[in-house]
Amino acid sequence: MSEPVRFVSRGQVVTVAPDVPHTMTVLEYLRSRLRRTGSKEGCAEGDCGACTVVVADAGPDGRLRHRAVNACILFVHQLDGKALFTVDDLADGETLHPVQQAMVETHGSQCGFCTPGFVMSLFGYYKTHDKADDSSLKDALAGNLCRCTGYRPILEAGEKMYDGGRDDRFAPQEAALRKQLSGLARERMLDHSTPEGSFLAPRTADELAELLHRLPAGENWMLAGGTDVGLWVTKQHRVPRSIVYLGRVAELQQIIDHGDRIEIGAGVTYTDAYQSIEKLHPAFARMVRRLGSTQIRNSGTLGGNIANGSPIGDSMPALIALGATLKLQSKAGSHEMPLEDFFLAYRKTALQPGEFVASVTVQKPGKDSHVGIYKLSKRFDQDISAVLAAFHLVLEDGVVKSARLAFGGMAGTPARARKAEALLTGQRFTPDEVEPAVAVLAQDFTPMSDMRASAQYRLLAAQNLLRKFCVEVSSGKSISAEAAE
Amino acid sequence: MTSVVHKPIKHDSAPKHVAGTARYIDDLPEPEGLLHAALYLSERTHAKILKVDVSAALALPGVITAITVDDVPGDPDIAPVVRGEPMLAQGAVEFHGQPVVAIAAIDLPTARRAARLVKVEYEDLPAILSITDAIEKQSFLLPPLGLKRGDATAAIAKAPHRLKGDLNIGGQDHFYLEGQASLAEPREDGDVIVRCSTQHPSEVQKLIARVLGAPMHAVTVECRRMGGGFGGKETQAAQFACIAAVLALKTARPVKLRLDRDEDMIITGKRHDFLSRYEVGFDAEGRILGYELTLAGRGGWAADLTGAVVDRAVFHADSSYWLPDVIITGLCCKTNTVSNTAFRGFGGPQGMATTEYVIDEIARYLNRDPLEIRLANLYGKDTNNVTPYFQTITDNILPELFDELLASSDYKRRRQEIDTFNAQSPYLKKGLALTPVKFGISFTTTFLNQAGALVLVYEDGSVQLNHGGTEMGQGVYIKVAQVVAETFGISLDHIRITATRTDKVPNTSATAASAGADLNGKAAETAALEIRGRLAVVAGAMLGAAPDQVVFANDCASAGGKSATFAEVAHKAWMERVSLAASGFYATPDIHFDRANGRGRPFYYFAYGVAATEVLVDCFTGEYRFTRADLLHDCGTSLNPAIDLGQVEGGYIQGLGWLTMEELWWDDKGRLRTHAPSIYKIPTARDLPEDFRVQLVSGRANPANTVFRSKAVGEPPLMLGISGWLALKDAVAAAAGTRQVHLDAPATPERVLLAIEAAKRTATAVATDMAAGT
Repeated sequence: MSEPVRFVSRGQVVTVAPDVPHTMTVLEYLRSRLRRTGSKEGCAEGDCGACTVVVADAGPDGRLRHRAVNACILFVHQLDGKALFTVDDLADGETLHPVQQAMVETHGSQCGFCTPGFVMSLFGYYKTHDKADDSSLKDALAGNLCRCTGYRPILEAGEKMYDGGRDDRFAPQEAALRKQLSGLARERMLDHSTPEGSFLAPRTADELAELLHRLPAGENWMLAGGTDVGLWVTKQHRVPRSIVYLGRVAELQQIIDHGDRIEIGAGVTYTDAYQSIEKLHPAFARMVRRLGSTQIRNSGTLGGNIANGSPIGDSMPALIALGATLKLQSKAGSHEMPLEDFFLAYRKTALQPGEFVASVTVQKPGKDSHVGIYKLSKRFDQDISAVLAAFHLVLEDGVVKSARLAFGGMAGTPARARKAEALLTGQRFTPDEVEPAVAVLAQDFTPMSDMRASAQYRLLAAQNLLRKFCVEVSSGKSISAEAAE
Repeated sequence: MTSVVHKPIKHDSAPKHVAGTARYIDDLPEPEGLLHAALYLSERTHAKILKVDVSAALALPGVITAITVDDVPGDPDIAPVVRGEPMLAQGAVEFHGQPVVAIAAIDLPTARRAARLVKVEYEDLPAILSITDAIEKQSFLLPPLGLKRGDATAAIAKAPHRLKGDLNIGGQDHFYLEGQASLAEPREDGDVIVRCSTQHPSEVQKLIARVLGAPMHAVTVECRRMGGGFGGKETQAAQFACIAAVLALKTARPVKLRLDRDEDMIITGKRHDFLSRYEVGFDAEGRILGYELTLAGRGGWAADLTGAVVDRAVFHADSSYWLPDVIITGLCCKTNTVSNTAFRGFGGPQGMATTEYVIDEIARYLNRDPLEIRLANLYGKDTNNVTPYFQTITDNILPELFDELLASSDYKRRRQEIDTFNAQSPYLKKGLALTPVKFGISFTTTFLNQAGALVLVYEDGSVQLNHGGTEMGQGVYIKVAQVVAETFGISLDHIRITATRTDKVPNTSATAASAGADLNGKAAETAALEIRGRLAVVAGAMLGAAPDQVVFANDCASAGGKSATFAEVAHKAWMERVSLAASGFYATPDIHFDRANGRGRPFYYFAYGVAATEVLVDCFTGEYRFTRADLLHDCGTSLNPAIDLGQVEGGYIQGLGWLTMEELWWDDKGRLRTHAPSIYKIPTARDLPEDFRVQLVSGRANPANTVFRSKAVGEPPLMLGISGWLALKDAVAAAAGTRQVHLDAPATPERVLLAIEAAKRTATAVATDMAAGT
């Protein structure tokens, strides 16, 4: 039976009207149903940040987690049991929030259309950082586009907002909010249905497996973070019969450190997986900081990135190079497979009907391992890669014991450069001896030309990245035009 | 001493921006019975329309109507200058994405779903997609503009050194954060009021009247603010306002048309991409002796403003340099792509970038620092100071600005340090470039240089201000309010800034050409002065002084040691039946241009700037980061230094984006594939130069009699970004180990890497030839 979605806004529990369709985004809901028009639509695909809102829930330690997310590709139903803060909520009457006041004082707005999104990204930062530092502030703002200011005053506002300390008017209310949220916890699966379709949020992996088994084949979507699925609604105007949301399935939210390997549940967001990814390898973490934006990483999941089968998903080459395996589960049980076998062809995976990705397990690189992960795109932040290269070599006495070279953007799926791997294995890894492997990449791949890069650039850059990795390994120094961390 | 102008006062809407209470078109309260509109876009690049079938769309529950061009009651042509731009495609589609059908439905999802149900049958026609193709097939929108002085061909032939080449400069999407939006409401007598995000309310009004077959008095257009414009809402807003108005009149219901981002990027025009072909002759010092230049801009399928854009490219092809014998030709190429339009700089940046590139080429050929070649060719103050259009430059401050920036940026020491760094760093290379800006202020279409304002003083002393300028974030409202407050001697909180409306000030020009504050500020000042003159008589009588002794300051009128508040004087004037309202008008003096002979004074004055940008390039991948930028920009005596600083910084970053990462990409079928921020990348906060030092020129009043001796600032700083692109060229040369390099714009990491590879190959080939003695 249909149940109302409930979330907290302005200290009150909001019950979503029963007729709100299962595909309505938070942005549309705010603007058209609540007539709160402070949050803006700039792109409806999570790339400009004008719609940014902050969603809060209780983390594993019981404390509130404030996360900036894109309201344009977040479904209203995903708010169930959480608290929502929008730009319309921050000021106390005429008294601006410290974030807002700082933006005014630094002349951080010109046309003002992107401003609500910046205010909310800064608010999310303010709630999670004791003070501003340049690098993490730029990470926090990478998902917000401003066409007027050139950003300098906005970055200044990010520092100035701490002038009065960190305790805003919401701080004293946190205990009450936590209590309110725990009162919204569900005993059963959320099932919100309208004549247009259903939004279903199972709570356990068994419930999920049963649901996928039961649902008729056809237009039913599995939804993790929604950073891709959201666009099927906003851009393709598609309406599925049901949306099965993975964000409440307890087992999928777990991260388990098995000692030699880490298992990350498919529903874990990039933000929550970040520390584990950093443990796997700092180069992986550096790349993940460029994957999407803060808003996207707060919503998007590793599992979703894998399951959608994109040839240019940033994580896949890194995971393949590190030797990741997937756990696939269904009502019939579960089984594991190497990640690289999961991708069959362009946008086609080995996932069977009724089956879902439960977790991904990654081996921790050993002490003889050398890992290099490189992302190439037109823009440093929040861009889709033209090429993503991930290299993992095990060297003994300078000789390559094993080589895994995985690439995104070079073929219809994320793929390994098998010929180059074979040439490297057993050789010394020096700038001279790497050249045959560099050359053979042209046989491993025939990349395509598109709006992101030409075939010529893709191949040359892939080759140069292998050269660069070799120079970095040989010299023990990283080479990058980017500022040192 | 002034009390309000020249002060760094915050944007009038800033508190509302940050609170989310500043309203844009889509935020306005929705009127009863509102319908939402959506468009069906052409699925072909160039084709005859054989049949349009809207039956499936109309059958969708909630759809009210669907219109094609045949449903337009008046004249469907909405071209701003040269006829030939129907509101919806007429008979044929001329580019992929051209709107053919408009739908109105009870809600937006329904309208958009219905638009996808429209079926059109086409018969394909041959399409011209590129500039080179257009030139080859002589496909032009308009006749060329030529400027000519002396005999460039002979001068080049005689010159000790010669270079020739081609340069491709890409276009740019405006990417205003608020997409195009209009809300049309029918009123009685067939009238309509349209709230529209537009830089040009009067033109939108005129074109709505045209498509409705109504006089202009039947149409009111209002714009309180835009979420960014940059030229993209000068002509481009009209189509959607007209469609909304036609649908509103047809259905007798209010209609809102707000484009989705992808539609916006596909349908609306962009900055013109250019192909520049040059031949230059110069001496051993790098002094240009003869210069032949063709600037071919891609206009797209229709003329729009292309003529004026290409004109401005031609006018700015001198950049900041004396060109003794010169011939410059501008071509307006017609292609089956979106019709390109105004964009901050309006062709000027493309002309200027070309010649800065040529100067750089001369320097590399002569093995000299490009800075030396720039200084050798810079316009003089008393000699070598006449432009190719025969305007004498009388206000040149570039020599001083070069000196100041060379010192403040520590250019010479850093140049040496960079050379040393590059010699020692095999995989990372630095580049540095310092380039000037000289930008002509005035619409080159002379009649557009006019503005009006309406100032209303109420008997309580509060003031309502209205003028033809539109607010797109650039701060024209606060600047003009500062002028009026200063004139009345009152504080800004006495003044209510109101939305730009065609029923308050008629027949206005677009807020464009950087001239918004110049023109509207003067018009408002004129109106305020007229009222102040009347108030001085009233106050003089109140204070026992002659009117010319009355001083308006500190919210008071004072004379002979006595004073009355501004409110008291206003109230007294009302009691004495003195008018407290005035309209003001301004037309820029002393400008003219004879297009046929390429002679005149098209610009009232010039705005200047200089920038030095440094970059670090990864030679494995072509990725780069701007490590430092020093900007020095001239705003005369700035009306508002905080607002102007924002324009300078924002303009520079936008210029840098244009020439580096922002790439428009069409496939071989003529479809724009970069139509969303996921694939079209504008700069983010991390793309700001790491060390960013920006200064306004201080203490240099505009010699021209502008409002409080300020200078226009909207467009000129965009071209400071040229220094970033040429810094990349410098780094490419260092990476390739050769001085001959070619780098088109935008210089994406791909173009940078491929430029390095190409330059290396050329250098190797030359070395091999030399070794072989050929």
